[in-house]
Amino acid sequence: MNNIEKVKKLIIDKPLKLDCGQTISNFPLAYETYGKLNDKKDNAILAFHALSGDQFASGINPITNKEGWWNYLIGPGKAIDTQKYFVICANVIGGCMGSYGPSNINPKTKKNFGTDFPVITINDMVNAQYHLLEFFKINKLFSVLGGSMGGMQVLQFVSNFPNKTQTAIPIACTASHSAQNIALNELGRQSIMADHNWSNGFYEENEKSPDKGLAVARMAAHITYLSKKGLEEKFGRKLQERDDLKFSFDADFQIESYLRYQGSAFVDRFDANSYLYITRAMDYFDLTKQFNGNLSKAFEKSDTKFFIVSFTSDWLYPTSENREIVIALNSIGKNVGFAEITSDKGHDSFLLDIPDFLNTIKNFLNTSYNKLNEKRI
Amino acid sequence: MKKEFNVIANLVEKNAKVLDVGCGDGELMKYINENITNDIRGLEILKSNVQKCIEKGLTVIEGDAEKDLKQFPKSSFDYVILSQTLQAFLDPENVINELLRVGKKAIVTIPNFGYWKVRLHLLFRGTMPITKDLPNEWYNTPNLHMCTIKDFVNYCNKKNIKINSSNLNYKNLFSQLGIFVIER
Repeated sequence: MNNIEKVKKLIIDKPLKLDCGQTISNFPLAYETYGKLNDKKDNAILAFHALSGDQFASGINPITNKEGWWNYLIGPGKAIDTQKYFVICANVIGGCMGSYGPSNINPKTKKNFGTDFPVITINDMVNAQYHLLEFFKINKLFSVLGGSMGGMQVLQFVSNFPNKTQTAIPIACTASHSAQNIALNELGRQSIMADHNWSNGFYEENEKSPDKGLAVARMAAHITYLSKKGLEEKFGRKLQERDDLKFSFDADFQIESYLRYQGSAFVDRFDANSYLYITRAMDYFDLTKQFNGNLSKAFEKSDTKFFIVSFTSDWLYPTSENREIVIALNSIGKNVGFAEITSDKGHDSFLLDIPDFLNTIKNFLNTSYNKLNEKRI
Repeated sequence: MKKEFNVIANLVEKNAKVLDVGCGDGELMKYINENITNDIRGLEILKSNVQKCIEKGLTVIEGDAEKDLKQFPKSSFDYVILSQTLQAFLDPENVINELLRVGKKAIVTIPNFGYWKVRLHLLFRGTMPITKDLPNEWYNTPNLHMCTIKDFVNYCNKKNIKINSSNLNYKNLFSQLGIFVIER
């Protein structure tokens, strides 16, 4: 994990008052960029990552040596063409890829923060990332986009900074985290906390981490990112490297083996406490409530052009919840487009190579960019 | 491009704010966008058409006019266009009311069941008419509520909706398509 010391970091010296009441300052925000900021500084896109993502959206992640989580979407010649656009992506605060989070050292105790780290919110994440605009001297972004928790950050960003982006693309998300999603997140947290190694969050001093708890949390969550049909098509009842059932609790089925792999691969790259903090931030997200039950008010002052995307088989952030954002925007006459993309891949669809999805983003961004340049001429 | 698109587009004022309800593959929107106003967006129910609109770089909202018009505030568009889809709705009266609420003016086109060829087809062949604007068989047509130009004008008069209608009897017999601008 020493490589994490080498990732790009912006040290934010300005104090940031968190929703929980605490104020943080002089904290690191790890980020990565793709492409070049042009002279007019009108081609910058801020991409927000989801729960298990990080700043390495495109290319090869130097820490895990795997493809970036949005490598299908972002890169040279891709839907978000980094030969044309300048893409910035930051690790959220609370995360574990170099940004200020529970594995940082608490100056008071000289030990890792653990659960002494303040509870953070989507609002806090977005406020921290806003400093990137100042750092790059970007007056107005061309776009902000993200899926799942990234989409929540998009909504919060436009609400907090109504005239700081030309366009916004919330994908497969919600304006208000549902009871079902809170329940699923709680399942993951309880799984981590039930692991003896968790030690109330101060596991790093014991040099034992709650790997089993985190792996089970990831396994449970992973199921929610897929769909019944997708699972049926990919795995069905196929057996794992065996001809018959073993009458044991081994991974007889391919789906079991797959989930176990997903769980164990996750613990190599993710911190259990970060998982607690980030899922908590998602649960606390309720933009509608921030505006006293009227979501439209969140966007009233904004001149941002929206495009919202959902997926047919996403039961975690279903079309109906995405559509509520569309309705909130339409009801105050804001400029918004919306498409529900056909896919059997569930919530995960936004991370996958789905041509209709990739083309939708590409066409929306390119047309919007051309229109802005026409206006200037 | 369908030839009536030109007629419809010419009814729209320059730089007006427009919603094309049931915008299909976006051909009409594209024409209006390029020639009349770029403040235009569409509402379309069919996914394949939504993708075609996106390919054309148009702003489109995937949705159902019968359910989704209600989310737009009163008079939020200068023009709302409904091109040849009125007859396919379950509740056309509700859609007309919504068009007139959302738009300051609505441009509505209908395939005219009073067109002489349609009348002759039914009179002499005794089967459901099939024409250029009514290409389907009775068992696979999406059209639920066919009307004539005269029916539509009568309806508007009855409901105190302002409508442009000249040479009504002539048009009812000789036009395949009725194109109207209506407003409250």
